[in-house]
Amino acid sequence: MALSPIALELGSSPWSPSSTLSTILSQTLSRILLWDLPKDAAAHGSALDRHLLLNLWIALGLLVIAHLVLFAGLLLRRRASAPGPRRAWLLEYLPLTLLALLFAALTVRAERLWAVARYTGADPAALQVEVTGVQFAWYFRYPGQDAAFGRTDPRHVAPGEGNPLGIDPSDPRGKDDLLSSQLVLPANREVDLRLNAQDVIHGFFVPELRLKQNAVPGQTIHVHFTPTTPGTYAILCSQLCGMGHYRMQANLRVLPPTEFASWLAAKEKAAAQ
Amino acid sequence: MTPELNPEPSRATASDSVLRQPASWHRRYLFSTDHHVIGIQYLLLALVAVAIGTTLSLLMRLHLVWPDAVLPLHGPILPEDYLSLVTFHGTLMVFFVLTTAPQSGFGNLILPRQIGARHMAFPRLNAASFWISAVALATLLAATFAPSGGSISGWTAYPPLSAIASSGPGQALGMDLWLASIALFSVASTLSAINTIVTVLDCRCKGMSWERLPLTVWGWFTAALLSLIAFSVLLAALLLLFCDRHAGTSFFVPAGDLTNGVLHPAGNGSPLLWLHLFWFFGHPEVYIAILPGMGLTSMLLANFSRRRVYGYRVMILTTLLIGFLGILVWGHHMFVAGLNPFASTAFSISTMAIALPSTAKVLNWLALVWRSRPSYKTPLLFTLGFVSLFLTGGLTGPILAQPILDQYLHNTFFVIAHFHLIMAMAGVFGLFAATYYWFPILSGTRIRPGRLLSEPLGRLHFWGTLIGAYATFLPMHLTGLAGEPRHYAQLTAIPGQAGHLLAQTLPLQRHITYAAVFLALAQLPFFLNLLRSLRHGAIAPPNPWDATTLEWHPALQREPSAQASPSEETIVVYRAPCAYDSAPDQARFLPQWVSGTKAE
Repeated sequence: MALSPIALELGSSPWSPSSTLSTILSQTLSRILLWDLPKDAAAHGSALDRHLLLNLWIALGLLVIAHLVLFAGLLLRRRASAPGPRRAWLLEYLPLTLLALLFAALTVRAERLWAVARYTGADPAALQVEVTGVQFAWYFRYPGQDAAFGRTDPRHVAPGEGNPLGIDPSDPRGKDDLLSSQLVLPANREVDLRLNAQDVIHGFFVPELRLKQNAVPGQTIHVHFTPTTPGTYAILCSQLCGMGHYRMQANLRVLPPTEFASWLAAKEKAAAQ
Repeated sequence: MTPELNPEPSRATASDSVLRQPASWHRRYLFSTDHHVIGIQYLLLALVAVAIGTTLSLLMRLHLVWPDAVLPLHGPILPEDYLSLVTFHGTLMVFFVLTTAPQSGFGNLILPRQIGARHMAFPRLNAASFWISAVALATLLAATFAPSGGSISGWTAYPPLSAIASSGPGQALGMDLWLASIALFSVASTLSAINTIVTVLDCRCKGMSWERLPLTVWGWFTAALLSLIAFSVLLAALLLLFCDRHAGTSFFVPAGDLTNGVLHPAGNGSPLLWLHLFWFFGHPEVYIAILPGMGLTSMLLANFSRRRVYGYRVMILTTLLIGFLGILVWGHHMFVAGLNPFASTAFSISTMAIALPSTAKVLNWLALVWRSRPSYKTPLLFTLGFVSLFLTGGLTGPILAQPILDQYLHNTFFVIAHFHLIMAMAGVFGLFAATYYWFPILSGTRIRPGRLLSEPLGRLHFWGTLIGAYATFLPMHLTGLAGEPRHYAQLTAIPGQAGHLLAQTLPLQRHITYAAVFLALAQLPFFLNLLRSLRHGAIAPPNPWDATTLEWHPALQREPSAQASPSEETIVVYRAPCAYDSAPDQARFLPQWVSGTKAE
């Protein structure tokens, strides 16, 4: 994936070692500067990334400084006595105060981002999708025309008969519910995910959305976000859920709004037949 | 329990004090109530556990990189085998190595000596604690022989996976044995904590005021207070989980849970309740593992730098503060678990707060060695390694303590890197420092003098381990930042975009495996050193490191060269530890037990 721009360049221009080298160098450099983070495809992603990168650089900086102090302290000539109270203050309490302020600032910044992401629910106009984790698959349910999910009951669960979630056939709201094995979302519209688990705890993780939330049996947990960049992304399970944990994955497809509308229409048409 | 006279022919050459021992071999070594013997027993237990735990981690590493390799006598490593390896590696290392060795092993061997006591407060309880721990280890290992294998739910055993036998292979008998093992271990740790607390409260020698206690003792004492709180809660949680499995209760399983065709009809339990109870134990547990090492680091840096620990009271306070805050931060393991987002903010703030006493410790260590030109003996090298690893692992702590960042990093390799550096590697470096430092006490018996470990082999061991530790765990930050989750039994042949993501991490994963093998091989000089030095090492002088603490008091030595009737002398303490007079060329020192004030 990372090599594709080089391949393009090789195809379009005569081969030149220096330009290839510089491309590799600049790519390596940008990967280092971005710490190898995956592409960011959600509205909250860029602020989160900035904060994460800030944290990483601060941690790296402090790590280097602390080790330099350690090595310098070991290498420099021995002082006749240990630092006196004033020097001790300089060496200990001043850095401690500065670090306390730094940690406090990072905390405030982080909590503000967290508050925006989690303190309030989704906009009522957000697209409703239900995610259910089952050993070892993800199921995605759209409410259909009536904008309401049908009741589920574990006694009706029958994956072999096309009802893996146990939608109650006696509930009219469930008639038009759409089931999918991949999560398809329109770009630039807020999504309200409701997470469930049928059996054990699963972890819903989309690296490109910078989003992770456990799906817990007996609980419905809401998370909301706005995908921005169309593309196909990995949905992984991030909570040890049994022997198939490693292969519990699905694809997230973020589509331009018009394509999403036609996907949904086709899905509804297929379900109606 | 009355000591009997038993002049065995083989011991006829030893001094009279040898005769004052219990009769039989098993009384003396197997079911001994002597804190020294029990300490060594705990260390041997931890050595067995660490050898198995390391082997299991190597199998995991090799399997990730060569998934098709066939294991002799076993066959291919299946996904459920891999998760069993994860479970046993974590359980062995956290409980039977990082809790057992520093707190129970060195705690027993050294703590009574450092407070001038000749025994723990409850010697028989102490022996019982050890034997319960040993049975716990045997029970855990027995789980590998369960029909469907050992448990696969990790050392954290989240329900319903751990509560329902049908949730996977190893979750029936294997899980029950895991529960039994950890329940026994919790009982042993609680008893041992009571013993440690009472010993420190009650058995200090004359003159050993609270402010004169070495920081190692403060570390053990604080860790024991945490153990008492944490392990009793864990024991309760384990019993509740056992009832869920066998007594028809549902503390942790919600109504309507459908696992592998088995419906849980009613009860309305909550899996989150387990997470709360478990992490209320689990986070203090991290500090139980590391606090003794932090105390040791302060003492050894002072010893080898020939300096006083300044701000001694502040260091005591930060130890207690870390312990206190340590029981208020458990929710940071649950940011994405379904916790109320406001609670996440609260736990985030308490976690950031714990960074402050920890930072104060690190700054104190840096200031302690600043321009000190210490003597680079192996115990000091491992102590400096502890400081370095504690820093590197610790600095990612505040990152993970921010819920918004944790919602990306939680359960990725970034977390593995964080806790292996700060808890596992720093913890193990503390253990190595302790082993090299206290080997004369460890190896000395009533008939054989204490010996030192070899310095050249020690240096080789140190550099190999330091390089191996960093080479193994630093790259894990990168694969974690790339989004790679933990606990994946396989990284190849995964469909979809997930397959792409995992395949990209393979080159770095391959490197990590090579580094892990190197790290394991770097332990060979250590074992060689142990075996060789036990009989052939240089004979240690009475106070080999010019230390000031009581474990080097002549009356507490067990060596034949020590005084004729060692147990008679009253031990009195006259000053705080680390009384080093730092003259530029020749450093003088005054041990805690020497009267007089010439170096004060």
